[in-house]
Amino acid sequence: MTPLPVSIAAAAASLVLIGVVLELIRSRRLRERYALLWLLTGAVLLTLSLWRDGTNTIAGWAGVKSYPPAVLFAVGLMFVLLVLLHYATVISRLSDQNATLAQRLALLEEELRSAEEPLSRAVPLLEVHRGRARG
Amino acid sequence: MGPAALKQSAPDADSSLVSASAVPRPLAGSGPVPVSESADGRRCLAILPAYNEAGCVGRVVDEIRAFEPSVEVLVVDDGSTDGTAAIAAAHGAKVVRLPFNLGIGGAVQTGYRYAYAHGHDVAVQIDADGQHDPSELGALLAPVLAGEADMVVGSRFAGRGAYRAPFLRRAGIRLFAWTVSRIVGQSVTDTTSGFRAVNRRGIALFAFEYAHDYPEVEAVVAMARSRLRVAEVGVLMRDRAEGRSSITAAGSVYYTVKVLLAILVALLRPSAALTEAA
Repeated sequence: MTPLPVSIAAAAASLVLIGVVLELIRSRRLRERYALLWLLTGAVLLTLSLWRDGTNTIAGWAGVKSYPPAVLFAVGLMFVLLVLLHYATVISRLSDQNATLAQRLALLEEELRSAEEPLSRAVPLLEVHRGRARG
Repeated sequence: MGPAALKQSAPDADSSLVSASAVPRPLAGSGPVPVSESADGRRCLAILPAYNEAGCVGRVVDEIRAFEPSVEVLVVDDGSTDGTAAIAAAHGAKVVRLPFNLGIGGAVQTGYRYAYAHGHDVAVQIDADGQHDPSELGALLAPVLAGEADMVVGSRFAGRGAYRAPFLRRAGIRLFAWTVSRIVGQSVTDTTSGFRAVNRRGIALFAFEYAHDYPEVEAVVAMARSRLRVAEVGVLMRDRAEGRSSITAAGSVYYTVKVLLAILVALLRPSAALTEAA
């Protein structure tokens, strides 16, 4: 059975986590889509903190004998790894989109700057830039 | 189509959810009032978010321009790869092409930004896949044009037709309708319908704050939290002409959880009337 102080501390920490995430959503600094995994993490940790027999049970499945609350850490760590991996995919997508925006913006600015020589829409942009006298 | 066709048909078992505002106004005359008549010089923008709808977008644009020639049609091409933009332009619509796919929320918000920048008085969302019937535009826009509401939602469950979604979808729609009705303080029956119109206040609200995924329900809540008036009008929707719905089973779970979280947290933000931006 998880020692009572550990259980209380872990529950408090889980509640603080959930509270912080909800406040970040409320103040529009965190989008719901990226908060869901955090809320799930908080909920699972809260459940494990309060279900003091739970750590024993799961520790039994996992073969952890000496310190069952280690299960709390293991589960918490697993979720954090999951969240990090999720964010890595999000960052990848944002990087690609960012590159596209930068490129389109640069090309758009170039079009505007040379408005006195309007680009022919039929000519691929690449050829026009190479052949341009004014670089 | 005579005025009889616009009156509410016999209420079905869902009539307990139908509010007074859901009854379509019977219109004098021989048919739906063209938007140009009731608009009094006000400009209306039809926002058509489109992702790979090359098969239907041409027909939808034609229908809107035929039914309501005074409405400006804007197709927001959400990174399509099938030539949707070119087809829409060929049928006379104004086209905005997003550099990559943003999803329905981002695409529709682009339309609202356009409406805001160009000073439109009314903006109406219409699906590019043919599910929304342009002949219903007159009835849909009536409450907004009359100044009775800031947003009108075309509801599939407000008495017209016998739209029967698959059981799970229906349950989800009813869950949202129930939740949003509690939050908004009036009965709403179809919070997920993308067939909706807003006036300038709604345009201003959505141009700057609009959810990126599954935005429809949150938009209704946002209107209410900004003390704007929402009304519903019963509409008939047609089956999707081509293509498949993009919502998967796992997507439905995410949809439900995400939207419920968003609207519950929205309750924690102060409810305040919009101040007109300078």
